[in-house]
Amino acid sequence: MDFLIWTTKRALALIPTFIGITLISFFVMHLAPGEPMSLQADFNPKMTPEMRQRLRAQYGLDKPIYVQYAKWFKGLMQLDLGRSFSPDRRKVWDKIKERLPVTILINVLSMALIIIVSIPLGVRAAVRQNSLFDQVTTVLVFVAYAAPAFWVALLLMLYFGIELNWLPVSGLHTLMGYEQMDTWHKVLDWGRHLVLPVFVSAIGGLAGFSRYTRSSMLEVLRQDFITTARAKGLPERTVIYRHALRNALLPLITILGLSIPGLIGGSVIFESIFAIPGVGQLMWSSVMARDYPVLMGNLVIVSVLTLLGNLLADLGYAVVDPRIRTGLREEE
Amino acid sequence: MEVLGRSGKKQGKKRPFSFFLSLLTNPLALSGSIIVIFLFVVAILAPVIAPYNPQAIDTYHILEPPSRLHWFGTDSLGRDCLSRLIYGSRISLLVGFVAVGIATAVGTVLGALAGFYGKWVDTIVMRFVDIMLCFPSIFLIMAVIAFLEPSIWNIMAVIGLTSWMGVARLVRAEFLSLRKRDFVLAARISGASNMRIVFNEILPNAVAPIIVSATLGVGGAILTESALSFLGIGVQPPTPSWGNMLTEGKDNLEIAWWLSVYPGLAILITVLGYNLLGEGLRDALDPRKKG
Repeated sequence: MDFLIWTTKRALALIPTFIGITLISFFVMHLAPGEPMSLQADFNPKMTPEMRQRLRAQYGLDKPIYVQYAKWFKGLMQLDLGRSFSPDRRKVWDKIKERLPVTILINVLSMALIIIVSIPLGVRAAVRQNSLFDQVTTVLVFVAYAAPAFWVALLLMLYFGIELNWLPVSGLHTLMGYEQMDTWHKVLDWGRHLVLPVFVSAIGGLAGFSRYTRSSMLEVLRQDFITTARAKGLPERTVIYRHALRNALLPLITILGLSIPGLIGGSVIFESIFAIPGVGQLMWSSVMARDYPVLMGNLVIVSVLTLLGNLLADLGYAVVDPRIRTGLREEE
Repeated sequence: MEVLGRSGKKQGKKRPFSFFLSLLTNPLALSGSIIVIFLFVVAILAPVIAPYNPQAIDTYHILEPPSRLHWFGTDSLGRDCLSRLIYGSRISLLVGFVAVGIATAVGTVLGALAGFYGKWVDTIVMRFVDIMLCFPSIFLIMAVIAFLEPSIWNIMAVIGLTSWMGVARLVRAEFLSLRKRDFVLAARISGASNMRIVFNEILPNAVAPIIVSATLGVGGAILTESALSFLGIGVQPPTPSWGNMLTEGKDNLEIAWWLSVYPGLAILITVLGYNLLGEGLRDALDPRKKG
């Protein structure tokens, strides 16, 4: 019960942040020099002043800005984000909705990859501090931090896609004969297409997270209760994984939450490189087309995703650390 | 940083020599500085060391693999990749410093306000920080850029204005811990104005962590610029930037590997340099980390 109340409180606390997100998304676009409308109109030689006026009225751009915001916010609450400027004139939410699952899938997979790989790496590096293993991972972490993800993507495409011809380098599934495959082969086909994108989107996180795991573990291993655990003769495995790791994981959950925006932001890069029809690619193409209803909608939706991700991290934190949900300890 | 502040202000200035010594003996900082200095030299001397004009089109030597004439090969217009790489370093340097300068200035002012005045000022600023952190920054940057001329100045401004949050948090934390110290109290008693206390008393003590985070920020800004240029919404061709050179690499991936390999390597080394320098500075400026 306590937990439920705590969760509700946390969720309610997000409301001001959410309103802030909508305010920034809205005003950033409207205060930018050059009215969104004019960009569309300037390219049209047939545009007369009257037509321009009518278009402005159609989009409500002739009204004061706070009226526009109120109208837009009301629409947002009903998931009505207006219609795209592109020739298909589809609803913005429909456009985003059909692309969200792919982006979320890839981000969840790469998050899983990050957790599965970097925690053991970090633990090992911490337990054997200054060993060869530790030094090698440290160097790798520095390199992975500094390498631009899109460049790594190019190199992987070059090697695995073109040189070895092992993996496909674009799209979500094979174009020819995909419909004829049975379910198992379809899944396999998706898997083959997702290997590179998932890996590329995970690189930064892998580096960062294994680094944090290492330092968090080092911190915990220095503490008295570890010495106690060792002193009473527990096997080293138990000391490391039961006693140390559990405590070291606490701050890591927060960091995982904080890394969500970066992960989602990466979608723009790998989706446009690997031609994956997700939200990131939509963002890119709407920037290119200056399709401002889609841009604004996209911006709000991905930030809300981030917000939800942070809430999840908060909940995770509360699940593993009873001190938080019972209010015995304030969060940093 | 704690220790610097504890024994009064401007302690770091008393022993400038020992600071440089610790920088020189720190392998991270040393290798980082070597890379950064090398890049500065390359950027400044670009017209002297570049073997060709980076914009000179040579239709007889299109997409040539690396050779003795063109060390890093030529692109689809026959331009010399090494020369373009050398000139591209100027863009990276410029973007890195200007964007980080903007971010550091904004972050320092907001963080100082929040930390010094506390109360509702603090609440508002920190709320703003939290909200800004919810935006995947590249989405925010792209949304703004869509309405601007894709010029390098706009890019630098936008990157700077979307990456100040870390600095703000850091400066706020420093101010919170410093504003109750004795030397601040002493300044206040002797009648110093708020402005004077902020800029002359507290800020100098918070400089070390700001420098570290700015140095680490340069790498991030360079990565962002290159990603934007790669996506075609950053530095526009024909001006060579490492990011837009890689766009061409992608377009010719199957026939010209050298177009994809070298510019990325240049970005990697540059960002690595700043990150190493930043980590090294952190160690050198923070005596607790020694030993």
